[in-house]
Parts: sequence; structure tokens; C-alpha cells
Amino acid sequence: MEMTEAILLTIFTAATPLMIAALGELVTERSGVLNLGVEGMMIMGAVAGFASAQITGDPYLGALGGIVAGMLFSLLFAFLTINLVANQVATGLALTILGLGLSGLIGEAYVGQPGVKMLPIVIPGLSQLPLVGKLLFSQDAIFYFSIALLIAINWFLFKTRAGLTLRSVGDNHTSAHSLGIDVIKIRYLAVMFGGACSGLAGAHLALVYVPQWVEGMTAGRGWIALALVVFASWRPWRILMGAYLFGAVTIAQLHIQAIDINSLSFLPSGLFYLTGLIKSIPSQFLSALPYVATIVVLVIISKNRRLTLINTPASLGKGFVPDR
Amino acid sequence: MKKSTSILGAIGLVTALGTAMVAPVSAATKACFVYVGPTGDFGWSYQHDEGRKAAEKALGIETAFLESVPEGADAGRAIERFARSGCNIIFTTSFGYMDATNKVAKKFPKVKFEHATGYKRDSDNVSTYSSKFYEGRYVIGQIAAKMSKTGVAGYIASFPIPEVVRGINAFTLGAQSVNPDFKLKVIWVNTWFDPGKESDAAKTLIDQGADILTQHTDSTAPMQVAAERGVHAFGQASDQIKFGPKTQMTAIIDNWADYYIRRIKAAMDGTWESKDTWGGMDAEMVHMAPITNVPGDVKSMAEATMAKIKAGDLNPFAGPITKQDGSVWLKAGESAEIGTLLGMNFYVKGVDDKLPQ
Repeated sequence: MEMTEAILLTIFTAATPLMIAALGELVTERSGVLNLGVEGMMIMGAVAGFASAQITGDPYLGALGGIVAGMLFSLLFAFLTINLVANQVATGLALTILGLGLSGLIGEAYVGQPGVKMLPIVIPGLSQLPLVGKLLFSQDAIFYFSIALLIAINWFLFKTRAGLTLRSVGDNHTSAHSLGIDVIKIRYLAVMFGGACSGLAGAHLALVYVPQWVEGMTAGRGWIALALVVFASWRPWRILMGAYLFGAVTIAQLHIQAIDINSLSFLPSGLFYLTGLIKSIPSQFLSALPYVATIVVLVIISKNRRLTLINTPASLGKGFVPDR
Repeated sequence: MKKSTSILGAIGLVTALGTAMVAPVSAATKACFVYVGPTGDFGWSYQHDEGRKAAEKALGIETAFLESVPEGADAGRAIERFARSGCNIIFTTSFGYMDATNKVAKKFPKVKFEHATGYKRDSDNVSTYSSKFYEGRYVIGQIAAKMSKTGVAGYIASFPIPEVVRGINAFTLGAQSVNPDFKLKVIWVNTWFDPGKESDAAKTLIDQGADILTQHTDSTAPMQVAAERGVHAFGQASDQIKFGPKTQMTAIIDNWADYYIRRIKAAMDGTWESKDTWGGMDAEMVHMAPITNVPGDVKSMAEATMAKIKAGDLNPFAGPITKQDGSVWLKAGESAEIGTLLGMNFYVKGVDDKLPQ
């Protein structure tokens, strides 16, 4: 029981930043803007989050610093792609490269300093429940926020007028424009929201996951978040699934590597042999397993082509020039 | 006549000046470094960069570096760029640069190449160098076996290359010299640097019963996890005591500065030649951080072992040693051949893991 709890807790920590960044990018892409700069915004959030927590001594101000940094950084992307109609793919890639370099420069003074860790908030009463108490009600604030964010985004996109407007901009900006919708304003807001989420995800890395700053510490998590959005076919709940699945397989493969197979003899024989089989796979393949498993599962659930097409923002990645 | 003498004298002076100028020209040696991680990783690449800075200061030369260069095809381009841009000596500091370094070296016979931790020297402008980290691993293995209550240590490993395998084996042999039943759990994370993944692996090992952590990856994340969970750990590549003031028992510190200064100097005065350097505690290439957070007897044991290794009285890879599959590797009185060590691709008995091939 304690082991299960420990494993699940690790999975939750690994999944939270992926989910937050992917949810932010989902909103951006739903408005028709493809921002490949998630990794760059995330690492800016990480360095700003670490630095502000270090300066103020308060991890919550750190998280705020991460959000602000991610948002400001995304404004650069918004200006280039929305106002100047620069190519979104190229600009996004540039944003990532710039973010990785700039964060290293800003963070130079913080290398080798232990950080301020954001401590869990234990909810009285509920945290006493078996298993779920530890998992769901004794977590850090960013985890609670990520769940609230998921519910809020789902409600916003599909249950509110503003959400409908945002989706209409993503599906056909010309029609939306002809209806008098301010396409540019909405896209600006969506990009900034995505930046804020990426920044928070980065701050989670530097304040909860590994409370320290080192260059390149996002180590490709921004790209995974981007992939999750596509494989989740732009649906918020599937992002939750994808992020946790990715986290689960990542942690499971580590556990399988370290486990003594003989200590598992209590398992039903099928499961026992399966574990033995996985254990005999070279670790290089096991490392790739999270990617493979997540892709396979999300491909299977989105095999209904019509539904996927309905969900894909039709104007994704296309520049919009209003006629005057 | 007088005039012409003075002209001749002037010519002579110019020639003399010209000759004198030669020295500063060769002093304008440029040493270049390729790192696998960011210089701010506070581990492997950080220590190489400390070596670079020391050489720059000691020799007054120009240096340049490229950080976070991926191993493989990209590395070749980075190294070639350095070779073209006037570097006289290029240090490539990761195992995965081995083939790229040798390939580029063939194209630029005048440039000197130094590849860390590899074994290929295809042309005579390539040298290899490494440090006998395994001597330090043996010492920390002994400390681990003394300090562990569960009798299990966790080892976060990067890639199954000889250098890493050697470290795992040396750690195991050191631990077994104290407690023959000591167990080692290994997790391969297949990356040199990913703080998130390294911390996940650290948590996993602790959850599976390890109460001592050690790593062959480059970030300080495992040390932080160990501190948080209240188990002990060893620093890697640099002194990581700041990340675990009550956690770090010691750290294996790579000291490249002396080697870099020596080799660049050799390149400057023309005495450089292709060779393999493999220094350990005796050559000061392996340092140990102060031993902390352990009782006095453990500390004195470790220090005694270090003294023996330094004096050449103790070789971690001296027989009798049995391989993991039960076959005899070294009989009593035998010690490992350097070639076997450099290409080590098997575990010794007691490692609880299957070596990925």
C-alpha cells in the first residue's frame, strides 16, 4: 500500500507540469495559433519562478513570477505572428531557442543554489481518507490548480459564449472577422494564456519537481506537452489522460528496472510473467516506452476520423490579415 | 658605410624582433572545449569548464567552448566548426563524441584533439584521457555498505558504456569488501542530464528500499531527493554539499585543471604527442570531497582506503573477482588488464541488474 502510494505520488508530480503546459497550448491552438515555443516559455517560467522565489523567499510569489515571465515571453511571439503575420512554426522554434539561451544567461547567478520548495497543503479531514487522501488532498498548490484549470478550461471552451467565440476564431478567422469578432484581440489573449500556463509549468519544475535551477532543466518537456495537445485531439480531458499516462509509464519503467522479480511472486502468474518480460527488455527501449504508449493509446482513442476533424481548429497555423 | 651598418643593424633588429614575435604567436594558442551539458549543470560539464578557466588563467591563452552539444552527428559539426575557426587544440568531453572526434581529426591533421573517456585514437593527432573515477567509486561503495541499514544502495546510471559499468562494478566490489551480501539496484535513465528524470529515478530507488543513493548522471537532483527523504547520498563530479548539507557523505570530484594546463602547454611548446592518459587519485585527477555525516570509524576507514589507493597498495579490480554469471574473471593475485577495464561490458557478482547491451 505504501509502495503504491509512493509510486502514484511520483506519477502525479511528473504529470502536473505536462498537463498545465498542454492545457495552455490547447487554448492557444483552439484560437488558431500554433505556438511551438512551449519549451522556451516553460524554461523562462522555470528561471523566473526560481529567481523570484529566491529573492522573495516565497514559493507562491515564485509561481507568480513564472506565470508573468511566460506571459511576457509569449507576447513576443504574439506580436511577431499576429501583428506581423510571421510564420508561426518558425517563430515558435525561434522562441524555444531564444528561451533556452536567455534563461541560461539570466539564471547564471542561481546555478548551484538550493531552491525554495513549495510545500504541500494538507486539507484537513479529506487528507485522512485512505490512498486518495495522500494523493489528492496532500499536494502542492500547483497540483490543485492544475485540476481546477482543467475543469475551468473545459467549461469555458464548451459551455460559454466566449469559449464558442474563441473556437470560431480558430476554425475560420475570416468568418469570425466578418461577424465583427476581434480576431487579433482574442488570439492575443489566447497566446498570453498559453504563455502563462507554460510559465507556471516551468515554475512547477523549479519549485516542486526539482527545487533548483539548472540550464536546460525542462529537458524536452515542452515538446511532450505540444505532442499531447495533438494526440489528445484538442480535448481537455484527453490531455489529463495523456499526461498521466505518460507520467505513469515513465515511473513504471523505472520501477520495473529496479525491482527484484522474485519479490513479485505474489502477483497472479500472468502479471508476473508480463513484468518479467518487460524487465528483460533493454532499458533503452523502456526509456522510449512512455512516448510509444502515449501515442498508441491516444491514436486508438482518436481513431474516429470525423470526430478528430471536428475538433481540429481549421485555421490552425494560418496567419490572419484583416481586410480594411 | 656607417649608414648602411645602421640599416643592417636595423634589419638585424627587425629580424630579432621577428624572432621574438614568434613566441607570442605560438602563445596565442587557442584551446577549445565541447561540452555535452550546460556549463551550469554543477556536475560533469561544470567541472570541465572549471578546468578551462584554470587553463586560461594559468597560461593566458584564448579559449572557447560550446555547451549542450548532443552526442552523435551534431557533435561532428560542432567539432569541425572549432577546427576551422583556428583552434589549435580541441577537447571533446563526452564519450559519445568518440567517432566524431576521430573523423574530424583525420581532416585536420594540424589541429590537436583530446577526447575524454574514449579509447579510439585513429590518427596521431588524437589523444584520449580519462580519470580513474572507479577508485572513488570503490571508496564510496565501502562507505555505503557501512552506513546502509537496509543493505541496499540505489545507483542512477546514464548509458551502459564501459566507464559507467566500471563505476557500478567498483562500487559493488567496495561495498562487498565490507558486507559480502550488499545489494545494488541500478536504474538506467538513458540521459546524462535531465533533473526531472533523475529525481524520479531517485524516488523510485528509495521506494524500493535503497537507503543510500549514488549516481552517474550530471545533475544535483538526486542529492535533493535524498535530502528530502532523509537518506544518504554521494555527490557526483562536483561537491554537492550545498544541496544536501546533512545528506552528502562525500563526493567524487573530477579535477581536470592540471591535465588541461599540462596538455595545452605541451601543444604550445611542441612536445604534444598522441597518447592515453588515465590518472587516478595518485595523479590528483580524482579528488574526494570532505567526508561528512558519517561516524568517525567510517571516516577513518574511507581515508585509509584512499591512502592505500593513492600509494598504489590497493587496486579495486584485483582478484579474486567473479562475474555476475558466476564465471571467474580474475583469480587471486591477478589484476585487471587495462584493455578489459576500458571496454568493460559485464557486471561483477552482486549487481542486481541485467546489463543492457
